[in-house]
Amino acid sequence: MTDLNTLTLAAARDGLRKGDFTSSDLTEACLTSIAAAGKLNAFVHDTSEQAREQAKAADVRIAAGDAPNMCGLPIGVKDVFATKGQPTQAASHILDGFRPEYESTITSKLFDAGAVMLGKLNMDEFAMGSSTENSVYGPAINPWKIDDRDLTPGGSSGGSAAAVAADLCLAATGTDTGGSIRQPAAFTGTVGIKPTYGRCSRWGVIAYASSLDQAGPMTKTVRDAAIMLEAMAGHDAKDSTSMELAVPDFEALITGDIKGKKIGIPKEYRLDGMSAEIAKLWDDGAAMLKDAGAEIVDVSLPHTKYALPAYYVIAPAEASSNLARYDGVRYGHRAKIGEGDGIDDMYEKTRAEGFGREVQRRIMVGTYVLSAGFYDAYYNRARKVRTLIKRDFEQVFAAGVDAILAPTTPSAAFGIGEVSKADPVEMYLNDVFTVTLNLAGLPGVSVPTGLSSTGLPLGLQLIGRPWEEGDLLNIAHSLEQSAGFVSKPTKWW
Amino acid sequence: MSIDIDTARRVASLARIRVEEDALPELAQEFNAVLGFIEQLSEVDVEGIEPMTSVTPQRLKRRTDVITDGDQQAKILKNAPDAREGFFAVPKVVE
Repeated sequence: MTDLNTLTLAAARDGLRKGDFTSSDLTEACLTSIAAAGKLNAFVHDTSEQAREQAKAADVRIAAGDAPNMCGLPIGVKDVFATKGQPTQAASHILDGFRPEYESTITSKLFDAGAVMLGKLNMDEFAMGSSTENSVYGPAINPWKIDDRDLTPGGSSGGSAAAVAADLCLAATGTDTGGSIRQPAAFTGTVGIKPTYGRCSRWGVIAYASSLDQAGPMTKTVRDAAIMLEAMAGHDAKDSTSMELAVPDFEALITGDIKGKKIGIPKEYRLDGMSAEIAKLWDDGAAMLKDAGAEIVDVSLPHTKYALPAYYVIAPAEASSNLARYDGVRYGHRAKIGEGDGIDDMYEKTRAEGFGREVQRRIMVGTYVLSAGFYDAYYNRARKVRTLIKRDFEQVFAAGVDAILAPTTPSAAFGIGEVSKADPVEMYLNDVFTVTLNLAGLPGVSVPTGLSSTGLPLGLQLIGRPWEEGDLLNIAHSLEQSAGFVSKPTKWW
Repeated sequence: MSIDIDTARRVASLARIRVEEDALPELAQEFNAVLGFIEQLSEVDVEGIEPMTSVTPQRLKRRTDVITDGDQQAKILKNAPDAREGFFAVPKVVE
């Protein structure tokens, strides 16, 4: 029998139902692989005790014939999800020791469906970053390796991506504010979907930029993404932005038939200086969809260029507000204060010690763009540009386009420490293809479709109409089948 | 728009983040890199465009103004760095 930790969610579900193995078997296989993968620094909090209990309970349910799709399936959970009684600190020193007294809606839904939580996963602090280097736990490492360098699994959901790619868990939760699910998926040869804004509840997900944040699954296959998304999605009265809309059976919508689907190729994504191999990957992807019966059309999204600058106004502005709550009073770290220090000294010292450099920078940029005299010039202007970016997509979809195809990232995974720390903008450019969707609230899925000349995975992104994740996953499945990406990282850890 | 050291100091203070005097020049330089990047937005014609308030065409839901939970003082204080006699404790605020 293959190692159980290497199974997909679909295969494990089917095996559990047939009685080929138990959830406890699956869970132990994953825990063993996690224990041997310390070098990847993907799992940062051990919840194995809870995992074993959940697995036992799941086995009882499966034996009783009461087994939802996710029942008994071991997953990893990004450290940004509040998990009751378990460490939850969004990879920040400022939340040292925090153990929530409540469970996020998404993990509640997953646990109610019988999923097993193996542990908490590494990430960029407060989900701010594209390399998992901004983590209080140190960087997560990509299981893909081509020379003696350690490569980044991307970010901010880098721990999730590394864990799924290295078969430490069957799937993982991620969150995506500007590309944080899709970019790490592309860097690790895995699948990640950011659903439509409002599809999954944000309640109990530590906030970065509330109008952009959305959680989603990170998996080994598109079918697995459909299975797990269904378990995560749905209206929640505790999140006023979650949509009151029925959740379809996403897996059943994967029919393999994409005949007559209209796929848009946005010309503005063909950036000056795009590498030849990314351009070829993109052309090959379009050809695969065409061969499967889709119609390929050129489309224009004229405001694409302004998406990243708009994001770097809106996201820091929201972050500066959301992160105001970390003041050393109610939870987490509090700085030692000196004789005669007042409460402002306590706030300032606590926040200087507790937040990492990139988080501090974004809070302060956000404070600046919201400050008197600059609010209109930066923040209001960025929100107007956001309206225009969303309108670009609306016009393309109104013209009958079903989905848009683009690269997920401008390059394959880079080495730890290779992107300049001196110029923050260099790192921001990683999200050039992904960030537009967050601004427009649209669903997007990254699918691995090829290897770079150096042997690293590359992904293509499909962008869908709002609330039509089912159709989007069906097209993504077709692309996945045509691309036939089966490469796995060679175990070195 | 260029950020000088005085502006960097003021922003840090507004954000309630202690930045030592000798770290201000580098911080100002980082701000300038980010602001130089977002400056591109000034090229866009936004005449007559509404600023986005909600990405989904949905009005925020309202609920009846009633108490829905409470009576969980111990849970709320559980993670506090300093809690005494049922309260969060902080340095003296009022002289």
